Parts: sequence; structure tokens; C-alpha cells
Amino acid sequence: MAPKKGNPSPAAIPPSSTKAQHITPSSAGQPTKPQNKPSSTATSSASTSSSIRNAQDAQQIAVGMWNNYVDKTPQRVKLLDAFMVFLLVVGVLQFVYCVIAGNYPFNAFLSGFSATVGQFVLTASLRIQTNPENKADFESISHERAFADFVFGSMILHFFCVNFIN
Amino acid sequence: MALTDSDNPASFFFKGETGRNTRGLLRLIILCTIAAAAVASRLFSVIRFESIIHEFDPWFNFRATKYLVQHGFYAFWDWFDDRTWHPLGRVTGGTLYPGLMVTSGSIYHLLRFLAMPIDIRNICVLLAPAFSGLTAFATYLFTSEMSESPSAGLLAAVFMGIAPGYISRSVAGSYDNEAIAIFLLVYTFYLWIKAVKVGSIMWGALTALFYGYMVSAWGGYVFITNLLPLHAFVLICMGRYSPRLYVSYTTWYALGTLASMQIPFVGFLPIRSSDHMAALGVFGLIQLVAFTEFVRYQLPTKQFQTLLRASVFLVFGGAFAGLVLLTLSGTIAPWSGRFYSLWDTGYAKIHIPIIASVSEHQPTAWPAFFFDLNMLIWLFPAGVYMCFRSLKDEQVFIVIYAVLASYFAGVMVRLMLTLTPVVCVAAAMALSQILDTFLVASSPEDNSTDTSSSKANGAPSTANGSANANAIKDKLAAAFSPDTLRSTKSPVVGIYSYLSKSLIAGAITAYLLLFVLHCTWVTSNAYSSPSVVLASKLPDGSQHIIDDYREAYYWLRQNTAPTAKVMAWWDYGYQIGGMADRPTLVDNNTWNNTHIATVGKAMSSREEVSYPIMRQHEVDYVLVVFGGLLGYSGDDINKFLWMVRIAEGIWPDEIKERDFFTSRGEYRVDDEATPTMRNSLMYKMSYYNYNALFPAGQATDRVRGSKLPAAGPELSTVEEAFTSENWIIRIYKVKDLDNLGRNHQEAGAFEKGNKRKKAGKRRGPRVLRVE
Repeated sequence: MAPKKGNPSPAAIPPSSTKAQHITPSSAGQPTKPQNKPSSTATSSASTSSSIRNAQDAQQIAVGMWNNYVDKTPQRVKLLDAFMVFLLVVGVLQFVYCVIAGNYPFNAFLSGFSATVGQFVLTASLRIQTNPENKADFESISHERAFADFVFGSMILHFFCVNFIN
Repeated sequence: MALTDSDNPASFFFKGETGRNTRGLLRLIILCTIAAAAVASRLFSVIRFESIIHEFDPWFNFRATKYLVQHGFYAFWDWFDDRTWHPLGRVTGGTLYPGLMVTSGSIYHLLRFLAMPIDIRNICVLLAPAFSGLTAFATYLFTSEMSESPSAGLLAAVFMGIAPGYISRSVAGSYDNEAIAIFLLVYTFYLWIKAVKVGSIMWGALTALFYGYMVSAWGGYVFITNLLPLHAFVLICMGRYSPRLYVSYTTWYALGTLASMQIPFVGFLPIRSSDHMAALGVFGLIQLVAFTEFVRYQLPTKQFQTLLRASVFLVFGGAFAGLVLLTLSGTIAPWSGRFYSLWDTGYAKIHIPIIASVSEHQPTAWPAFFFDLNMLIWLFPAGVYMCFRSLKDEQVFIVIYAVLASYFAGVMVRLMLTLTPVVCVAAAMALSQILDTFLVASSPEDNSTDTSSSKANGAPSTANGSANANAIKDKLAAAFSPDTLRSTKSPVVGIYSYLSKSLIAGAITAYLLLFVLHCTWVTSNAYSSPSVVLASKLPDGSQHIIDDYREAYYWLRQNTAPTAKVMAWWDYGYQIGGMADRPTLVDNNTWNNTHIATVGKAMSSREEVSYPIMRQHEVDYVLVVFGGLLGYSGDDINKFLWMVRIAEGIWPDEIKERDFFTSRGEYRVDDEATPTMRNSLMYKMSYYNYNALFPAGQATDRVRGSKLPAAGPELSTVEEAFTSENWIIRIYKVKDLDNLGRNHQEAGAFEKGNKRKKAGKRRGPRVLRVE
């Protein structure tokens, strides 16, 4: 029973784990991290499309992306991004722990993991709503409203998680 | 009806600010009237019979609700029921959808708090009609999101309120999960559309909350679980991805999945079973799409394409490998049997007779669509077509919903229920378009500017500008000049002649009136029978109530020990539990096929085989339903073949369906019935002593219309304990082991040799009824 329980989550993780590889170069808060991370992105994407592009090209893309991001993004959005990266790291850690150490209190693992995923998603939504780039889509939603919604959603999320944790 | 609300430009106070207020007030009044009509049309059964719980499943819900009210929520949550599935028991708290009971329980406590102590039974009986009023309101909201015409929502509310397809499951007394589930379904869809339109976390979270409520109320929540992801997926495929979609979908999925896992019966299913995998997949997909959008914004086009190509390979390779791995290792549970039967209608009949044996799981007959939806069924495609004409996010939803629900409704009768809302919405959209076009009494100029510039609240806004002809001319020119390109797409069409207007309006009114007539007729004739109490007409036209079920159940309640186990076919399990309050072997919660097959075997075998089975299960009484005297066709002899089939599924070499048919393949109960049939316990119990009612050799079975053999069956291991007034229910007591150690056949033969008189005592136990 125990080994079975851990597996369903891999279906959940690919999006976020792949995202982890891509988003880290662009949004890590610490200046030390981006130095080594782009290379990992470069190798992973280059390995799959090695026949088309070489590693240097991929690195160029990553660097371009990073510069673009640093230049254009407002400070508040960067803060949100840092939080999202933190959530990603926590989520990956939880998952790795589940794979290595087993998922015995499955309820606990599940509620912890869904709390991370849910919070990530809510933060991403908040980021999307408050991003000036998306102003056209969210005319009716002010920044204060978006934040209030975010708090509302988070409260529901954590209520369910606490209730589910056993 | 809702006709009153369609534009009425004649009235002077329908303009400007007061006009809006008036219209709002009118709309509210109309909605309240609709809700009242919806409730009223469901009360036929209460008026005609009494305030009683109907049919089978509602009896269990009623019993569970009583338990909840008596013992409190936590006891209910941990309820282990040892009075059902006799030797096994049932973890009821963990294997039911508690939404319905909790809803009526909280209404009960709320009313008590308000110093209105109402009997829990009346709350249960009237819950479904009350919620149907709310459903009408939810349908109004839902449709108003779809169509700009204000009449569409009201029409949809009316349709939803009185459409027989929904009434069939929500008359007063049918206290079933569907009673509240349809309201939740429609309201969840409304919130979802709202969320997609606005793109706010709040609406997404509300969708999730109501989705959670829906999960707690009905197993049909899987429909939502698959429909919303499908909507999101189709939108993405159409290139209609927007940040709003991301916000609403991810919020709904993250919160809704957690909410659904709070229900013990659902538990880990949302991450285990294949039914829920689509939602998870789309959740992953939408993350990818959102991230791609994000990256695209950061990068020049050419580099972006390179990156896209690389990541597409990576992700799809990974996802495919993961899926194969998970399926091979068997982590993801296979689709449930009931779900398979949705795709392959023959599946259940071959593999799971117990699913096929339920009449509401049968495929729908075509006339049923017309019977349940009347004229809506031909307005429905028109409404869907209207959705294609202005295809936005919400209209896509209607189209998908329409396609899926019509397929499912064709496969299973029960799912007509999920089709009804979308039919009502689509039909209302089509009809409101007709009414908006043909019911405007003002001149065609108004009409043309109206349709071309804005479809919003009709004529009043343009009527203001009719000061002089020049102004209109200018306005027209202004309206047309930017429209020259658009007009090729949708040419301006107006109705000029009053004749055609009045003709069409009159025809539509007639149709609507006919629809109301049809709905009332269907409700009063087809859907208002409690099926616990039967009604028949006497020759003089007065009503005669046949109350055999309750007579027998109360006999059990009064005359047997509280722990006496009753064996009956599973259809009657909930009723015995609810009305007679006696432990049963099997009931309508058909979770254990083997146990049901055991009862089927006991019923369809010879007495010598059945007796040990009954002894092993400590059966005290056996209950059979027999309609032969009255011509009541839903009796056990007619269901008998299902018992045989289900038993054959487990013991193929002991029970054979073929043995119950004559050599010519007929299912007969008369002289030509096969020996297996005539020796089966069910046959014997049904016809025991039956020919004593008739002159010799005249006994006939009125359901099957056949003459019975001259000599009736003999019973040795059970003895007749009770037979109801019209012989619909017959109860037998299982004899104890013989005092002298003989088997029952020998003992019977011995008694017969000595005291022949004993057999003449036909309805012996009736003496016991001294009330």
C-alpha cells in the first residue's frame, strides 16, 4: 500500500518541477543563485534539442531573459516571484521527502503539498492580477481587491488543509 | 409568465433611472412568482397522498437524517450501522454523501432556533421543492451571464422551475441527493462562468466552495469535475487562453480538490481515480501555458520559438512517460464500472448485472426526451446555434455542456437530470431572441438601430432620441457608417409588419401555454406517486389507496423482535430499515455484490439449499412482494430473473438462468413452468396458498395473465407469518430446527399424516393484529 500512495503525485509535479528549472534563472531573489542555475536550464533544454541548437544559443536565451526580467519587472512583482520560488522549493522538498522517506501519514503529506501548490497558484494569480501588463484583462479588479481576494482564497485553502491534516 | 418582462416601451416609467428600478423590482417579483410556481407544482403528491417519504433511497436518507438530528454531527460522522447488511454492517458515516442530511439537519436546527419546531419528516419532504425554487433562481443568474437579453434569464428560470425532467427527481417527498444537487450544479456553473468572466480569485474560490458542497451531496459531482477542465481545455485549444482563465481555473482546482477530499467517501479519489485525472492534467497544462505566456513576454519571438520547441518535447516526453509508468504500476485506479457503462452501453449487462438491473441505469427511450422536456427539446438546438453566433468564453461552455449532457442523457435515463438545465438555458436563449425581435411594438427604425448598435435593454435608450427626424437620421448614419464592415457579417434585419409580429407572438404564447399544461399534466400523473402508497381509481371515479407496504412494514415493527433479521430483495432494504426498523441482509446501497448474490441464491434455489443459507445468516423473516392478485407489475417474480442472473454471476454451476426458462425459451409461472422455477423458494413463497382464494382450478396471476397449476406449492422450511390486505407483501417466518432432529420435509410429511387440518389455516398470524 505504501509505495502505491506516493506515486499519484508525480502526475501533479511535472508542471511545477519543469517550471522550477525555467523560472529559477528568471526570478531567484539572491544574486548568487542565477549564476549556476542558467547553466542547468541550458543543459536540459539543449540536451533535448541538441540537433537544432547548441548550448551557447540556449545560454544566450537564458541570459537575455534574465536581463529582460530584471529591467522590466516592478519591485512588488519581484517580491511575489521570490515567494513563488520559495514555495516551489518547499514543494519540491516535500515531494522528495515523500519519495525518499515514504508517505506514511498520507493525509499530512497531501495537505502539506496541496497547501504549497495552492498557495503557489494563488500567488501566481495575484501576480497576474496586479501585473500592469495584464491591465486590459482585469479592469474591474483593483490592486486592493486583488489582495483581498488573495487573502480570502488563502484562508479557505489553509482551513481545508488544517482540517485535512488529521 | 416571463412574457411580461420582455420590453414594454409603451409605459412611461420604463425609462431612465426609475425605469431601471421598476424593471429590477418587476424582475424580483417575477422570480419570486416563478419560485412559488416551482414549489407549488411539486406538491401534488402531498395533497393527493400525504406528507410521506417516497420510493427507496429517500428512506435511507430520511433514516440517516433522523440519526443525525438525534445523535449529533460527530456521532453521524462515525456512524457504524449494524442494522444493515446483517452479518457485515456498514460504515455508514464514511460511505455516504452527507450533504443532504447535513443540509436538512441544519435547517431543522435553524428553525428550532427561530422557535419554529417543525418535524424533521416535514423538512425532509419539503426540502426538494424548496431547493427547486433556488434552482430556478440559480438558472436565472446562469442564463443572465450567457445572454444580454433580460428575458432569457427569466424564461430559463420558468423552464427550469416546471420542466418535468427536473421535477421527476424533486417532487415533495423524494428526499434524494438530486434534490439539492441540481441546485448546486447550476449554481457552481454560474459561479464558474462568473469567475472566468471576471478572473477574480474570489469567484474562483466560491466556485470551489460550492463544488465542495456539491461533492458532499451527490456522486454526480464527477460531471463538474470533468466539464470545467474540458471547458478550460477547449478554450486553450481555441487560442482563447487568458490570464483570467488561469486565475479562475487554478483557484478552483486547488481549492476544490482539497474541498472534495474532506468528504470521507471521496477521500483520496481526486488524486487516484481516472475520473479525476482530466482535471489534474488540465491543471498542469494551464500552468505550462501560463509559463509559456510569461516567457514569451520576456523574449524576442525567434528565441522564444526555439525555447518553445525544446520545452514542448521535454514536457510531453516527460508527461507521457509518467502516465505510462503510473498506469503500468497500477497507481491510478481504473475507471469505475458505472463509468464504463457510460461509454459502452452493453458493458454493464455483460459484466455487472447489478448495475444493469437498476431501471434508472437503462438507456433512455426517445419519447422520454419529449415527455420530460416537451417543446424545449426542439428549441434546444436553436439555442446552441445562438451560442455559436456570439461565441465567447461562456458560450463555449454552453456548447460543451450541451454536447456532453445530451450524450450522457441518451445513455442513462437518470442523467436526463443533468441535461435539463442546459436545455432550459439554451431554449430560453432561443425563445428570448424570438420574443425580443417580434414583441417590440415600436417602429422598425428603433428595431434596426437597436439590433445593430446594442442589444442591451431594448428600445428605451433609442426611444429617447426620437425628438426630431433629423436626429434620427444622423443617428442612423452614425450607426451605419462604422457598421458597413460589420453589417456584411450580421445584416440588420427588422420586422415591419404588425401581422407577422402578432402571428409569431401569438404562436409562441400558445406554445408556452401548452408547455405549462404538459408540465402540469406530467407532474401530476407520472411523477407524483410515492410508490410506497399506491392509488387506484374505483369504478365510480373515487380514489382508492392501496397501503400494503406500510401495513406490512408496521406489522414487522409491531410483531417481531427488534433484532429480527429480515431477508428481502435489495430493493426493499432501505424501506424495511426506515419503516419497519428491522435489520436487513441487503439494501439499496449495492456495495457488496456477493452478499446480494447470496440472497439471490437463497431466493432462487430449492428449499433444501436455501434453508442452510438462511440459517447461516440468522434470517428470521423473509419478505416477498407479490402483485399477482392486484396486477401490480413491480413485484418480485418479475424481478426474479435479475436475482437469478446476479446469483449466477457468483455461482455459475449451481444457478443457471437457462433452467428458469421453458424449452421454448419462455418465462412462465403456470403449468408449464420448469421444475427449477417451481421449486425455487421465491416461486413457492409467492404462490403459497394462492389458489385458496379462488374456486378450484381457477387461480390466475393477473400480472402475468396466466392460470396457475391446480395444486399450489408446499412450503416446509418457512411458514407464512403475514400477508397484507391485497397480498402485495407476504412475510414468512423461517422455522427453527426440528425438535426431534428430523429435517423439515420429514416433519412436514409426518404432521400432514396426522393432522390434515393444519394446512387450512390460511392467514393465521392475522389474529395477532389486535390494534
